[in-house]
This record gives sequence, C-alpha cells and structure tokens, in this order.
Amino acid sequence: MSTISREEVARLAGLARIDLTESELTRLAGELDVIVDSVAKVSEIATDDVAATSHPLPLTNVFRADVPEEPLPVADALAGAPSAEGGRFAVPQILEED
Amino acid sequence: MSTTTPPLVDYDDALARFDPVIGIEVHVELGTATKMFDGASTEFGAEPNTQVTPVSLGLPGALPALNGKAVESAIKIGLALNCEIAELCRFARKNYFYPDVPKNFQTSQYDEPIAFDGWIDIELDDGEVVRVEIERAHMEEDAGKNTHVGGATGRIHGAEYSLVDYNRAGIPLVEIVTRPITGVGERAPEVARAYVQTLRDIFRALDVSEARMERGNVRADVNVSLRATPEAPLGTRTETKNVNSFRSVERAVRHEISRQAGVLDAGRTVTQETRHWHEDTGVTTAGRVKSDAEDYRYFPEPDLVPVAPSRAWVEEIRATLPEMPVARRRRLQTEWGYADAEMRDVVNAGAIELIEATVAAGAAPAAARKWWMGELARTAKTEGVELADLPVTPEQIGQLQQLVDAGRVNDKLARQVLSGVLAGEGSPEEVVTARGLEVVSDDGALVAAVDEALAAQPDVVEKIRGGNQGPIGAIIGAVMKATRGQADAGRVREIVLERVQQG
Amino acid sequence: MATQPSSDLTRRTAAQLAEALRAGEVTSVEVTQAHLDRIAAVDGAVHAFLHVCAEEALATAREVDARRAAGEELHPLAGVPIAVKDVVVTKGLPTTAGSKILEGWVPPYDATLVERLRAAGLPILGKTNMDEFAMGSSTEHSAYGNTHNPWDLDRIPGGSGGGSAAALAAYEAPLAIGTDTGGSIRQPGAVTGTVGVKPTYGGVSRYGLIALASSLDQAGPVTRTVLDSALLHEVIGGHDPRDATSLPEDLPGLVAAARAGQGGDLTGVRVGVVDELNGEGYQPGVRARFEESLELLRGAGAEVVHVSCPHFGHALAAYYLILPSEASSNLAKFDGMRFGLRVEPTEGTVTAERVMAATRGQGFGDEVKRRIILGTYALSAGYYDAYYGSAQKVRTLIQQDFAAAFEQADVLVSPTAPTTAFKLGEKLDDPLAMYLNDVATIPANLAGVPGMSLPNGLSDDGLPVGFQILAPARADDRLYRVGAALETLLEREWGGPLLNRAPELATEGTTR
Repeated sequence: MSTISREEVARLAGLARIDLTESELTRLAGELDVIVDSVAKVSEIATDDVAATSHPLPLTNVFRADVPEEPLPVADALAGAPSAEGGRFAVPQILEED
Repeated sequence: MSTTTPPLVDYDDALARFDPVIGIEVHVELGTATKMFDGASTEFGAEPNTQVTPVSLGLPGALPALNGKAVESAIKIGLALNCEIAELCRFARKNYFYPDVPKNFQTSQYDEPIAFDGWIDIELDDGEVVRVEIERAHMEEDAGKNTHVGGATGRIHGAEYSLVDYNRAGIPLVEIVTRPITGVGERAPEVARAYVQTLRDIFRALDVSEARMERGNVRADVNVSLRATPEAPLGTRTETKNVNSFRSVERAVRHEISRQAGVLDAGRTVTQETRHWHEDTGVTTAGRVKSDAEDYRYFPEPDLVPVAPSRAWVEEIRATLPEMPVARRRRLQTEWGYADAEMRDVVNAGAIELIEATVAAGAAPAAARKWWMGELARTAKTEGVELADLPVTPEQIGQLQQLVDAGRVNDKLARQVLSGVLAGEGSPEEVVTARGLEVVSDDGALVAAVDEALAAQPDVVEKIRGGNQGPIGAIIGAVMKATRGQADAGRVREIVLERVQQG
Repeated sequence: MATQPSSDLTRRTAAQLAEALRAGEVTSVEVTQAHLDRIAAVDGAVHAFLHVCAEEALATAREVDARRAAGEELHPLAGVPIAVKDVVVTKGLPTTAGSKILEGWVPPYDATLVERLRAAGLPILGKTNMDEFAMGSSTEHSAYGNTHNPWDLDRIPGGSGGGSAAALAAYEAPLAIGTDTGGSIRQPGAVTGTVGVKPTYGGVSRYGLIALASSLDQAGPVTRTVLDSALLHEVIGGHDPRDATSLPEDLPGLVAAARAGQGGDLTGVRVGVVDELNGEGYQPGVRARFEESLELLRGAGAEVVHVSCPHFGHALAAYYLILPSEASSNLAKFDGMRFGLRVEPTEGTVTAERVMAATRGQGFGDEVKRRIILGTYALSAGYYDAYYGSAQKVRTLIQQDFAAAFEQADVLVSPTAPTTAFKLGEKLDDPLAMYLNDVATIPANLAGVPGMSLPNGLSDDGLPVGFQILAPARADDRLYRVGAALETLLEREWGGPLLNRAPELATEGTTR
C-alpha cells in the first residue's frame, strides 16, 4: 500500500525547507512508504484510554529567576555567521512577509 | 489579477446592510528584566545583538529555561481578565522558517493556554459599558527584527538583503485572544479601540509591562467579518496584523468594514487572509499567501516541563492584584463628584493619577481638576509634552491650592506662582517668597489705594451711588494695577462699596 | 608493546591513571602525550577522531601538573584525558555533529558537561566521529568518513557514537563522552567490547548537546571499565539550571556502588530477564553469552526472574515517530542564516527561503533528510494524532511495562544488541534493518530509565557481545553495583579484560 507519494514527499520537503533532487524524491518516497507502514502499527495499541507522555520524567514548574546574565559578546555572536554587517546578521532578501 | 478592487462602501451605508463582528488579538511584551527563556537583558534600545545568549540566538545545543516572573505576569493578566488559570499547561513549538525566528520555531502555547474563559468590561466614550469575552491568554516569545537593505522603497519587496538583530528575540509575550465580539454594530471600531486601550491600562495597573504603544510593547491584530444580519452565521474574516496605535485600531476596523461591504456588494466573497495596515494611507492590503498553508506542526515542547500553578500560588497572586482601571475610575468619579464628561476628559488626558495625587496632597477634587485640565493642560499642549512630564508635581499643585484656599494668593497670583514652579524656581512657597507674590491683605493699604482710585474718577462714585454697579470693575482694575495684582479682588470690591457709601 | 612507557599508559584504566597521577608516578602531560601519540599511531586506520586538539590538551595537562605540584586539592580525575563526541558543544573547538552543515563551526560556548570536565581538569584530546546528528547505528552516516571497529577494521564500530567507543577500544583515550538517544552509547559499547552508560533522563545536563530528540537524548560515560564510568558519571552528572529537564536531586553514590559491586556479591538482588528482548532476531552467540552471564549472576547470589514487557514490541515504531518528529524541529535551526554552511541556489533569485532550502539540501546527508521528512510527515496536519500522538501513548504503555517489571526485579537485563558488529556497508541501503540494531536499547530512552552495556564475551564470530542492565529512573547506582559485579566475575573467568583479546592494531609505519 502506497501511503506516501512523490508529490507528498515534495510537499514535506517544502515544509522542511530542503531542496531534494528528482532522484532523492523518488528514492525517499519508496523508503518512507516502507518505514511508515512499519511504524503505523503504533495506532493499534494507542487507544483512547491511554494518556500521552510528552516528557519521560514528570517534572513541573521549573522556573528561572528573572536575573540578567552576561550576554554573548557581539563578536562571538557573529563569529560563526556566514555574513554580517554592522553588528547584525546579513541574510538574503526575505520574500515572504509574516 | 484582472479583477478590479471593488469600491469602498460608505461606512454608514455598510452598517445599514451588514452586521460587523470583530475579534482582537493583543500581544503585550512583558516588562521582565530578562527574556522568556534565557537571561539576556530586555532593556530597550541597546546596540544590535548585544542582548543575546546562545539560547536567544538559537545556537546548536542551547536550551530554554523558563522565566518564573514571566509566568507570574501571565497569571496576573489572566486573573485581571477574569480568566480561569490552567491547572497544568505546556509549551508547544510552532514550526515555521523565518530568519528572525532563530530556532525556526516559536516556543508558544497551543492548545493549553495558561489562562482561558475570561471577560473584561470596557467603557466607551459615552460611558456605555461593553463586556468583551476573552477566549485565552497564552505565553510565547517575540521574534528578532529584520532591517531591509537595498530596496528602493524600504519595504520588504525589492530589498536585496536584510540585517537581523536578535535583541528582541525571546522577549516574553502574552497573547490575549477575544471571542468574537458581536452586537456592537456601528460602534465596532470604537469598541476595538476602547478594548485595546483598556488592556493597555490594565497592563500598566498590573505593572507587567510599560505598555508603550510607540515602542511596540502592545500590538494588536484585528479580525473583522460581516454578515447580513445578527442572526446569520459568522462571515469570512480577515486578520489585519500589527495595528499599533489606538487610533489605527479604530481606523483599521472601520476601513475593513467599508472594504468588505464593497467586496460583498460586488457579489464576491471575502477572502480569509492576513492583511497589512498602512498607517499613512489608512487602508489595508492583502498579505502574501503562504505556500505552507499554515501547517505549523505544533507539538509539546520537550525542552520545557509543564507549568502547573498551584491554587495557593494563584490565590496569592490574586490577592496582590490592584483595582482594575474601569472600577477604579468609577470609584474615583463618585468620590470626586465629577460629571461624566469631566471624568472622560480627565481619563483621555491621562490625568487620573495626577489628580489623585493632587487630591491626596490636600487640594479639593474640583480644584485639582481645574489645575490639571486648565492651566497645566494648556501649558502641556503649548510645550508639546504629556501632562505627567511637566516639571511640576501633584504635591506642588496641592501646596499651591492650599495657598489659594488660605487666601494667601488669588487666582492670578496663583498662576504666577505656578509659572515660577514650572520655571524651576522651587516650591510654591519659595516662589511666593522669592517673587513677593503674596496678596496684599493689609486693609489700610487697600483703603488708600481705593481712595486714590475713587478720587481719580469722581464720576464713577456718583454712578455707583446711583445704583449702577457696573463701573466698580474699573475701580477694582485700577486698584489691582496699583498693587501689581497682589490684591484680593473680592476684598477690594467690599472696600470700594464701603468707601462709596461712607463718602 | 608493554615495554614502551607510552603504550603502557594508554592501557591503563582511568581509575589507575588517576591513582598514578595522584601518587605522582606520572604527570598529566605524560599521560596526555601518550594518548596523543597513540592517536597519531592508529587513528589513520580507526578514524575515531574528527578533530584532535593536542595543544589545548597539553596546555590543560601542564596546568593540572602545576596545580598538583603546588599542592592544590584536585578532582580525582584531574589530568586524565578524555575524548568528547562531536555532538557536544565545545568553546573554541570545532563542533560539527558529523555534518557538513556545521563544517568549520567553532562554538562560542561550552556545554555544561564540558564546563564540568574543564573545571575538574580533564584535558580534552579531541572530538570523536559519529553518525550525522547522531542518526545511525554504525557511524557510516558521518559526513566525514567511517570509523572502523578496532576488533576488525572492516566492520562498523556501532553508532551513533562509534568514534567514542572505538577510541576507547583502540586505547586512544581512557575516557570518552557519548550521547544516547536510542542506544548510541550502549550499542557501540557492545560491538567494541567497551562499557557505556546512558544515565537516567535528566541525570546529565543536555545544555550544549546538539539536540537530536530532546525527550530521548542523554549524555553519558564511555569507558573500558564500570568503575571508570562511575567516576566520569559523577563528574558530568547532577543538576543544571540551564536544562529545564535536569533532575533536581543529587546523584546517588555511583563510584561507591561500583566499588561495592567489585566484591562480586549480589546476594538478594533480583535480576529480571526481559523476555521480549531475547529471542528471535538475536544471534545464537549473543544469546549464549547472555545465558552464561545470567549463570554468573546467579552464582553471585542474585535471584534471576523472568519479566514480560508486552508493549516493547511497539517501542521501535514509537521511537521512529518520536525521534524524527522532534529532530525535524530541532534541526530546523540549521538554515545557513546565523552559523554554519550557507549555500546559494545555482539559478534563480537568491532569497532567504531558497538559500535555506539549498543549504539544507546540500548540507544534510541522506539519513538526516530521511528522518526530517518522516518527522515532518508525522507532525503535519491530519497525521499528528495517528502518528506522533499514538507514539506518545505507546510511550506511556512502555513506562507502565517498566513500572510493572521493576515491581518484580531490581534491575532488568538483556543483550545490548541483537548482533555483533556487521560489515561496513552491509546495512547502509536498508534503513529498517539498520534501525533494528537498537531494538533492545530504545525502550530505556522512551521511558527515561538508565541503562548500561558492558562486554560479556565474544560471539561465535570472535567479536564482542554486550550485556545490558536497566534500572528504574534515578537508581543509576544499581547499574554500577550489578555491572561491576558481573565485570569482576567475567574478568575472573577471562583472566583479564575482554579487550586484551582484541587484535593489536598496526601502528603508523608498519603495514597490516
């Protein structure tokens, strides 16, 4: 049963912001199909009466005091940047307004 | 894009045929010292990227650590808005790629807000009270700031590249979402504005934010939809983003009502979309449609543990809540005996706290209002500053009024004293002494001055004796001139009448 | 070999080196240099290291020696060098997580555990190879080449932490740091004949670990002996306010537990054999060694019982939904905007959106792309409940299985991995077969409980086999007590450490 089409992989790659080549799309569609088939069985035992666990150990209310700490020096903050200008990170033009 | 934009419909015309429904999302930046998830400072106006840590830069390996004060502030806001406070709630990741979001997900709350199911009463200009229902208030973090470089217009489109400053990234936000506000008809724009204004006042009263609109501390997204009748199902809504002044909130709602009415009149359907508000032209325009179709892939944030405020803590916070602005306003109006219109002017001038302090300093409420809404309001307007920024304290106004009440200065002198105080010459008492502004209370000196004036105008004496009181003013004026204004006009009038009768 | 002083030093355990340093028999510079020499001699063939920082390590060693000479009170492990998996952020030292997308990145900060290593005076020898972003069980998914198993250079060293395990097995380091999301410390330990411990979730700070799956990741010790793991665990463990999931309690006494276990007495200890983690799919040699180890435990006074964890059969499926989902989000930050690789599209306009996609398309390897796409799918609208949501429920069931099992037993045991080390390339084209390597280690990560792997013999193919011990959350000390006891009993039988039977590696200048 094919659950993940090539088009679906392309859509997911768009969501995940990953350029995939034609051959990658084809290969991933096949591989993901197999993987998804095999992992889909989780829904067999995940019945409504079972609670979901998001955190392995049940801690709550872990808070930090509102006390400032030393910031990273600007030079350190920008040291790894592919491009920087005037203390800021330089990034390519942004087409998509939020 | 061959279709033309339908013309706007006149506002009243639109309201005659459509029932508007609005909804408002307000983001408030909390005034904590540090960010939501790290210890970087939140102070306004720092050099770019000087208030970042590996966490707020989203560097590999960094983990969030939740600011307890921010949680407390969020609970305060929830309680002030009469919300339930969640017994247990989690953060979630909202996944989307954007350069000002350093992790490419925003840590927010999704289906488990810290506060929900509340309401707040807002008061319109004419005193009508509208209850706005609150769906939820949740915690999240702000994004960094992009500066677009190289484009001719400075707008995003056409920019060649952008520069990103992450100082704002991670500043704590609380987002407050209303339920649809129905049944307000033509007052929808005013309701929207009054609601945002009320929230601003609440944030300040709670001391959870400076709530300065001009700094973007408070930002509103307004949803508007139209339907044929109040009984009809809700129409398709638009969301106009980042409307950042009270006036703009009102204008944006008004504009959307006219625009959507035009669309519907043209036989088209309103597109559900994000729109942008243009302050300069007063219109909204459609945002770019996102290819991602808003699939944010929310899931519980595994790096943060759930927040489970104990009921004891919630009650402890509730006990610290100050009186809410609307209730306080009603109480003060009663205490001060102001008319509705007077109180409204005071509120709009932002003078409540000033008058309250002036009254506390010993002035009668009417006198306090007269000072702040009269002489001081004029001065502030002339100087182009806020009342609160004038170089005079409510305590000084209180002292000044006590001088008036004691008869030591008259109104004219009092204004001179005030100008001395404003000029930085010291307290009212000091100005009186330094400038020699005390009322001449020595009757002997006044009698001499009156006699002199009467002698100079014998015909006046006759007229007054003949029962014509009109010319008294001329005599009083002469006396005031002679005493350089330092006479009590009422006393002078008494003495004139005495002397005329005696003569 | 034993006649050469440097070779001798590299053969010692961390505990022995610590004692020799304390006693003034050797200096940290000598110990550190000996390991650097060993790396120079064998790492061409093993390729455990992505980056060797000799200068920095020797500088730390000199400083420790000077402080010791000045009579300062030092940490017991001060001066004992260590290798750090390249997924751990190290200030001033390149950190790539095995990915091209981070090539050349030098972090401006230290992970909390690295701060603790530095504070304790452990010279950092270098950064070890790994599957890209810790996604893999063979280290073949590293963007920087394979690491070879010192037992057989044609075989995998396990993964994702194959570099750290191989460095220990090849005597290139006496200690190493690993991370374990589904078995990445324990499985490499098993296939290289070394010891590895995944602490209780929250027992070691995750601050500064480049996150794979936040709710599963845990850093821990990679060593050659159980006692060495306990010593290292106590250095790196304990509460860290920078990690909200860090346990607030102090660690239990781990070194004390290991020393107690070395006595070889397990009277009264209930050992539970997980029936679901031993059977079909496990090599006969693996099963035989496991049974023999159980006999040793019985002989030491332990009561061996059988327990059933019926939902473990779904653990692998749940894991391969939760991990990709969290990873798809954790790895979103690698976009070419703030750090690391930036790739511009070859044609069309250069926009942020397109640069991000091009950077991620070129910067990520196949396995990373596979899992990000899978995770994006599992979280996307319409699929969340069936996939991610269901997997979280399976997690609850697995926790319940553990809770019930720990009612009957103080520790649970199983083989660490179903097979010994396979040949390089053998499973590279079959992701599902690769995923099966972690079938026995994954349940512990899903439940957050601690686990240890220690070598318990050679399989029929002459390759090492690992024995896994699991304990309840926060009871890491039980791993050390039982592990040290079994290690003592095994070495008594073998007449020395299992690694003594590993073939000598050819050193540089000789041919193999």
